[in-house]
Amino acid sequence: MDDVREAVLEYVIDEYIDEDDDLEVDADTALISSGIVDSFSMVSLKAFLENKYDIRIPDEDATPEAFDTVNSIVRIVEKHSS
Amino acid sequence: MAYSTATRQAFADDIATIKEKGLFKEKRFICSPQAAEIEVEYPEGAACKKVLNFCANNYLGFSSHPGVAEAAHAGLDSRGFGMSSVRFICGTQDIHRELQDNVSTFLGMEDTLLFPSCMDANAGVFEAIMGKGDVIIADRLIHASLIDGIRLCSAEYDTFKHMDMKHLKKKLVLHQDKRRRLIVTDGVFSMDGDLCPLDELCDLADEFDTMVLVDDSHASGFIGKTGRGVHEHFGVMDRIDLITTTFGKALGGASGGCVSGRSELVELCRQKARPYLFSNSLSPVIVSATIKVIELLSSTTELRDRLEANTKRFRDGMTEAGLNIRPGVTPIVPVMLYNAKLANDMARDMYAEGIYVIGFFFPVVPEGQARIRVQLSAAHEDEHIDKCVAAFKKVGEKYGILGLDKKGIIEKYGT
Repeated sequence: MDDVREAVLEYVIDEYIDEDDDLEVDADTALISSGIVDSFSMVSLKAFLENKYDIRIPDEDATPEAFDTVNSIVRIVEKHSS
Repeated sequence: MAYSTATRQAFADDIATIKEKGLFKEKRFICSPQAAEIEVEYPEGAACKKVLNFCANNYLGFSSHPGVAEAAHAGLDSRGFGMSSVRFICGTQDIHRELQDNVSTFLGMEDTLLFPSCMDANAGVFEAIMGKGDVIIADRLIHASLIDGIRLCSAEYDTFKHMDMKHLKKKLVLHQDKRRRLIVTDGVFSMDGDLCPLDELCDLADEFDTMVLVDDSHASGFIGKTGRGVHEHFGVMDRIDLITTTFGKALGGASGGCVSGRSELVELCRQKARPYLFSNSLSPVIVSATIKVIELLSSTTELRDRLEANTKRFRDGMTEAGLNIRPGVTPIVPVMLYNAKLANDMARDMYAEGIYVIGFFFPVVPEGQARIRVQLSAAHEDEHIDKCVAAFKKVGEKYGILGLDKKGIIEKYGT
């Protein structure tokens, strides 16, 4: 799952962090509760995961808590990949 | 009893949680007409106090403009108070048609449909024109009402970084397989006061065969040389497919809003938009007053020119005083403080100085972006603006932030 972690982290940085943002993001950085990703723009991340890993994440699993860190996102991908 | 003690306690706990998070909105009562100078009862139960208002959307001063009030009275006399009907049953008067036609002309659009508010216009427009197989691509900082409307619609949606045209292009490439695409943006963003670069955005829309919707609620009436909006400012008046806007800000300040744009799209809203179909017609009083507002704005640019001059006077004064304001040209001027407590404390001290402004912080603005948002009005006199700047200077000095940039303020107070 290290590959997934790396790909998700790369996507999060590219999709949500501006070049002039003075932010360092790693796999444990809070994304939603810290305001880096809001619930509206979270849809882009969900679509990315579904397309890249050919999975469907039901709405009840696509919660702000489940999407709050790259590590928790990796767990969602793992759950729906099996 | 359905509303048991336990149920009551559960709701009371919810309210307590809001208070604990510092998100509780306190009651403030205005005991005068909306204007540059108002009387405010705050906190609740306190004696009314005269303060200068720098947090209203009363950009052009029409909220208590004598000519507009007179037109409202005339509308009340000639067409009555209410319609007691939705538009399509028996709620459309000749003046509703007249206002729609006049708004179309003013905004340079083909057709217009009135809604009870712009919130309703935004709630209804997407489901009326977009569906399965379509995609809506929205700026991440659009107004909450647009987000709600997009979520009510069965079309897929995606977002792009705030005003980042490169990122938007990437998303347009990604969604070329969709049946229809619609870009959604605010014209002026209400928290930062920045202008969406509609010229660049329209170029991308053309390149990728995509429609454009702009919510111009914080622009209609005063942005652009003749106040038509952000599409006039960027010279793209004929390239916008839909504008939603409000009559509750610069265009009168009471209530009401509209969808204005391509005739087929507006007709689909007339046929399908649920807030239009299932809510009452706009009061003849507001319709008559708004007709007057559009007439006044079409005959002279005096008020928008005055607002522009006031904005410059305030921005220059604040910069000279050493406050850290977000650069720009609009009458929305964020005084950046980054720290929520600092924003709240300074707003409270400003009130003590007779200036009514409010602190904004997460989740209304992104974490670490706390600020006091100042809004200028054409109704402000020079001395009002000078008094506001002087108060900011005094309060800013107290907190030791004059001359500090973002880094300096964060070093001192954190985020």
